[in-house]
Amino acid sequence: MPASRDVTAARVAIGSDTDLAWVRQQVRQAAAGLGFSLVQQTKLITAASELARNTLIHGGGGYMEITPCPQGTAPGLRLSFVDSGPGIRNVEQAMADGYTSGGGLGLGLSGAKRLVHEFLLDTCPGRGTTVTITAWATVVPSARPEAT
Amino acid sequence: MTDQVGANEAAAAQVCSFLQRRREQIAQRWADASLFRTVFTLSREEAVEACKAVVDALADVALSGRPEDIAAPAFGTVRDQLGRMAASRARAGFTPAQISEEVAALRAPVVELLRGEFTDSSEATAQEGVLALTVLMGSLRLVVMETALSAGEELIARQRLQLLEVATPVIKLWEGIVAVPLIGTLDSARSQVVMESLLEAIVAQRAQYAILDITGVPTVDSLVAQHLMKTVAAARLMGAECIVSGIRPAIAQTIVHLGIDLGTILTRAGLADALAYALAQQGIEVSAHRMARASTR
Ligand SMILES: Nc1ncnc2c1ncn2[C@@H]1O[C@H](COP(=O)(O)OP(=O)(O)OP(=O)(O)O)[C@@H](O)[C@H]1O
Ligand SMILES: [Mg+2]
Repeated sequence: MPASRDVTAARVAIGSDTDLAWVRQQVRQAAAGLGFSLVQQTKLITAASELARNTLIHGGGGYMEITPCPQGTAPGLRLSFVDSGPGIRNVEQAMADGYTSGGGLGLGLSGAKRLVHEFLLDTCPGRGTTVTITAWATVVPSARPEAT
Repeated sequence: MTDQVGANEAAAAQVCSFLQRRREQIAQRWADASLFRTVFTLSREEAVEACKAVVDALADVALSGRPEDIAAPAFGTVRDQLGRMAASRARAGFTPAQISEEVAALRAPVVELLRGEFTDSSEATAQEGVLALTVLMGSLRLVVMETALSAGEELIARQRLQLLEVATPVIKLWEGIVAVPLIGTLDSARSQVVMESLLEAIVAQRAQYAILDITGVPTVDSLVAQHLMKTVAAARLMGAECIVSGIRPAIAQTIVHLGIDLGTILTRAGLADALAYALAQQGIEVSAHRMARASTR
């Protein structure tokens, strides 16, 4: 079994396109370090990519906070995307598949929600938006030679 | 207040005449300083000449009466030379802080020379002169750092552009079939380049099939998917059919959850499958033997 690397809480600034690549890189490292499978990693990274881009484009920039979040024996990862931008007036509409205020596909928020286990949207018009997602790795127990 | 301005101007004029008078000695001393000595390794004459050019520029800046002005036109004459020197130090592995220290080290020998001109270095004119010279040398240091940094930025921007082009080659796989193996992050700038070079290739090669292989793209989120769809649509307008290949299993699952509908896009598992499809469409029968030859073309 690969030794899971130490994953510590960290904060990553989101202010430019290059920062988005950095966000994905950091999430990939943390998820791989905690033992997420390739599919689980890809889902979490993609959700993070969507939310970080929203923070940058709609929220005018902010940061991501990355915290390990184990549940029982399952390793987990919690990611918060924080901005102090315009906030979201109509959350229901924003969460709907295909709704976009710009030229996007309108799948960022709703899609990210489907890619993770927990999804929390906290927003206040004029004050900013925080989206927190959590995913747990379903670690397949390594086969024991002699199960008792 | 006006007295102060007058004193500053007098000090600057004093520094200017000092630099002009002692040009030779200053240049000789600087040529031994590590900055010039290590950049101009071939001949000492060359180092001395380079030093003189800097002394002349500083004298001109002093003449303008504003030794603190790093935008002074007089710096323009040596900006190139200073930039090349800083770049040469950077290539030798020196950090910006170390280069800055080397420039700072030029101050002591010239201040010492100026002090030596006064019998009593505590008198007011001596102090004002040293102060003006110190400010002037501080400006020189800033000019060098500014030049070095902007040279670095330019280099990075140029490399990034080169990388964009290098990383998106359009390959002719067969008569009428072109392919782009995409590698790395497909951001907006990247996908713009991809779309342009693909459309150009479609026209130039009279291609009827264009294959976009995304095996090397680590993340496909809604923006990347949108870029792909736009590229496919544009290729269609040019009369070519687009095939997207190399969607890995983890990415396929993620795309489905994200809710992206690639239903209108023709996809194949690998580049070879996409090529086989395009060949078959053109009525070329593909045997295992034939495919092996095609992939070595
Ligand atoms: N951090 C945010 N701050 C303010 N508004 C936001 C934020 N995130 C999302 N929104 C609003 O919610 C809408 C839906 O977001 P979503 O990410 O689903 O789609 P999109 O960003 O428009 O397009 P894409 O599919 O490319 O992500 C946005 O168009 C925007 O109006
Ligand atoms: Mg979005």
